[in-house]
Amino acid sequence: MSSLVFFKYLVVMALVTYLIRAVPFAMFNRKIKSRFVRSFLEYVPFAVLSAMTIPDIFFATDMLLSSVVALLVAVALAYKEKSLLTVAVFSCVSVYVTEFIASILK
Amino acid sequence: MLSKFLKGLRDGIPIALGYLSVSFTFGMKAVADGLYWWQALLISMTNLTSAGQFAGLSVMAASGPLVEIALTQLVINMRYALMSLSLTQKVDKSFSRLKRWLCGFGMTDEIFAVASGKLHSVTASYMAGLIVTPFIGWSTGTLLGAVAGNVLPAAVQSALSVAIYGMFIAIFVPPMKKTRAVTVVVAIGALMSCAFRFLPVLNSVSAGFSIIICAVAAAGVGAWLFPIDDGKEAQV
Repeated sequence: MSSLVFFKYLVVMALVTYLIRAVPFAMFNRKIKSRFVRSFLEYVPFAVLSAMTIPDIFFATDMLLSSVVALLVAVALAYKEKSLLTVAVFSCVSVYVTEFIASILK
Repeated sequence: MLSKFLKGLRDGIPIALGYLSVSFTFGMKAVADGLYWWQALLISMTNLTSAGQFAGLSVMAASGPLVEIALTQLVINMRYALMSLSLTQKVDKSFSRLKRWLCGFGMTDEIFAVASGKLHSVTASYMAGLIVTPFIGWSTGTLLGAVAGNVLPAAVQSALSVAIYGMFIAIFVPPMKKTRAVTVVVAIGALMSCAFRFLPVLNSVSAGFSIIICAVAAAGVGAWLFPIDDGKEAQV
């Protein structure tokens, strides 16, 4: 891609992304009194992360079965409170192993 | 101050390692889509966001208009505005206006999740450390993927694609054990997200908008049914 075109995309992309994050963080300065709003903000990350994971994870790999296995492995390890890294690595490994076994059986 | 910074660096290590695999995939895809390795690296160093970068890449690859890339980023990354707003309630007095402008750059799903999971208030030094290590991981992974990605067999690429979801699961599952509220919020978020994927009409809503709708609805129901106790921080 030519440099000029690329830099236009880059600047627009980076600027929009930065402003979305930084403006609320920098400009909002007081404690929220409303119990509802505080609870809402407390629950936002979990709501976002679950909506981003399900059902997208089922379409991430080459076959549905391997992503189902990855989901089960990840939930089991996370339930045992393993670290982010451990959960991420073992879900990748479980996909690899599942697809490897499937390719042998085929 | 230094010890807080170092603590942040250390807490950022698992995030950075998780990012390695995800950004590796990004670097690989960017080069496959016709970008140079340094272009992929620059995108990662200036954006530091997963879903937004992948979406931006497809707009670039299709030579879409600039306004499309701006709107895509706005919609997909709008959730960061909610997170930033949420974290303003947890930062301590060490956070000057300038430091907030600087740290705002590093508001990713995972960095936010770790910072907001702290029982104590978050200092600027800690937050800075917590951003630096993942930033290095995200950039390094992109570079490696862009330079060496095409040597990976398809089976490995398929395996790497679940890394980011593994990280998300590691963040939202543990608090589900402690409070029913989080379980309900997670279930509503997942169910609604499926509805937006599979049901007619709803599935024509773009991915970014549907995440915002799901998040606002799920967190809203959670806040309505399970308001957190006044006077103490919620233990999630």
